[in-house]
Amino acid sequence: MKILVCMKQVPQKDAPLKLNEAGTWIREDVSYEVNEPDAYALEEALRQKEKHGGEVVVVTAGPARAQQVLREALAKGADRAIHLVDDSFATIDPVSTARAIAAAIESESFDVVLTGLQSDDFGFAQTGVLLAELLGWPHGTIIIGIEKTETGLRLKRELEAGHYQWMDIPLPCVLTIQSGINKLRYATLIGIKQARNKPVKQMTLADVADKLGTNLQTIERLYIPVKQKKTEMLQGSSAEIAKKLVDKLRNEARVI
Amino acid sequence: MPETILVLVEQQQSKLNRVSLETIAAAQSIAKDTGWQVEIAVIGSGIAAIAEELASKGATKIYAIESPQLTAYTSDAFVYVLKEFLSSKQPKLVLMPHTYQVRDFAPRLALALGKTIIPDAIGYKYENGKLLFTRQMFQGKFVADVSLSDDGPLWMATFQNAAFRGDLAEAGTAPVETIHVTVPDGAIRVQPHEIFKEVKQAVDLSQSEVIVAVGRGIKEQKNLAMAEELATLLGGDIAASRPICDLGWLPLDRQIGSSGQTIAPKLYIALGISGAIQHIVGMKGSRTIVAINKDAEAPIFEIADIGVAANLFDVVPPLIEEIKKAKAGA
Repeated sequence: MKILVCMKQVPQKDAPLKLNEAGTWIREDVSYEVNEPDAYALEEALRQKEKHGGEVVVVTAGPARAQQVLREALAKGADRAIHLVDDSFATIDPVSTARAIAAAIESESFDVVLTGLQSDDFGFAQTGVLLAELLGWPHGTIIIGIEKTETGLRLKRELEAGHYQWMDIPLPCVLTIQSGINKLRYATLIGIKQARNKPVKQMTLADVADKLGTNLQTIERLYIPVKQKKTEMLQGSSAEIAKKLVDKLRNEARVI
Repeated sequence: MPETILVLVEQQQSKLNRVSLETIAAAQSIAKDTGWQVEIAVIGSGIAAIAEELASKGATKIYAIESPQLTAYTSDAFVYVLKEFLSSKQPKLVLMPHTYQVRDFAPRLALALGKTIIPDAIGYKYENGKLLFTRQMFQGKFVADVSLSDDGPLWMATFQNAAFRGDLAEAGTAPVETIHVTVPDGAIRVQPHEIFKEVKQAVDLSQSEVIVAVGRGIKEQKNLAMAEELATLLGGDIAASRPICDLGWLPLDRQIGSSGQTIAPKLYIALGISGAIQHIVGMKGSRTIVAINKDAEAPIFEIADIGVAANLFDVVPPLIEEIKKAKAGA
């Protein structure tokens, strides 16, 4: 199977985020990491390749810093990478992102495209599904199991409230992967060394610009959420906090 | 004719997903502000009873879009049928609940219509004749007001679970129009099988009065013992956010959130949980929420009644000792 994995670089989970002066985006001077569901998508692609042979290609659309995500993927075992490099890719809408990726893989023929089910920054949960529509392929979302069959793939879909469903899908197809589908591997030293010689194809905004169209939705402003509740923050030493908390558990929550 | 807001409700096995009522309430609220009218559509097979139920909601028209080919959900059939339907009706705005099923087909439907969809909104604003949808970003650390670039029709958005109160949806009477549709051969490319539950859930956390839940901040599996001791002392159960179950530190039936259990205990103690949306939807009904997290900016503090912005490993051990003392004294 020839598999493409779409990956995104997002701010680190516990990175303190600050708004830019215009109040339209975050300040970029934070640490970044791979979007977690995308890491699971990559792992699944590597496992499928180990079982059935083929090739794993990773793609990202993002600023120069996003190359780190591709390097890590190559170190874990991906064969080559495509980087759509431009600062604007960090903030374009999901339709534009999907169009950019579709344009970048125009000359290739993949059997499967994997993405994480959503990103930790925008949380749109759309890029994979939109890519399927652009490619004209069937898709499956929130996948937690993949088995190869004679006619295509048998997928395990996660539904709400602890329900699941198996679904047969023909190739080629696009799948969005749920976190926890597998156990993530670490890059080995030898993997990191080999990654240096693996190809990373750079593409610019100009290479795909005629395929993008305009952004269909716009973030007018970004702000810290208005509190829904009045939170009482307990202060003091750990011992003082423990005492105050027990007092509240006894007299307010009434559980002691 | 006023502009139309079309609510697409969700049903499964001929039962209305109650979150649909929240979307109807949202549409009615927007209609009040804008002067638009509300219509409701339900899609599937064996949906006559649902259409009748919807006819008692405050709307001007109910559409029941029927086909035996819609019995088992597939994105292929939904996109095909709804593209036809929406192309002919051209409503100004289409609203849906942000369910797993909607996430599966709605982006594709929007793109097939040459449109976009704003997903997972928690509210809306109508400012100077401009409709904005509010949605969480960066795992709830920020919210954004988002606008659509064109003038419509076929604006589309989905609302997050519990963004509006379904019990406040207004009543009324509306005529039902049944539309029979056919999906052409070959359009449905996937074959879905029966929906099932993995195993009988070993623990039903919805019955627990006290829940101590752990997140990434617990750092290592061995530290779970501390959380378990706290839970036991308070006569409660231990639970977790998704990452902890993904790591295999606790079984999946201990997971709270959109893909796990929904609970509303008397007391919910969140240890090292940042408060991603997917977790919050499973526990925000708790009566008292205590959050202990070293990051004072963590979204969990948005919904906590009592917050401790400190390292949980500094706070929990003395807390356990104090509870022991209190219980011994009582």
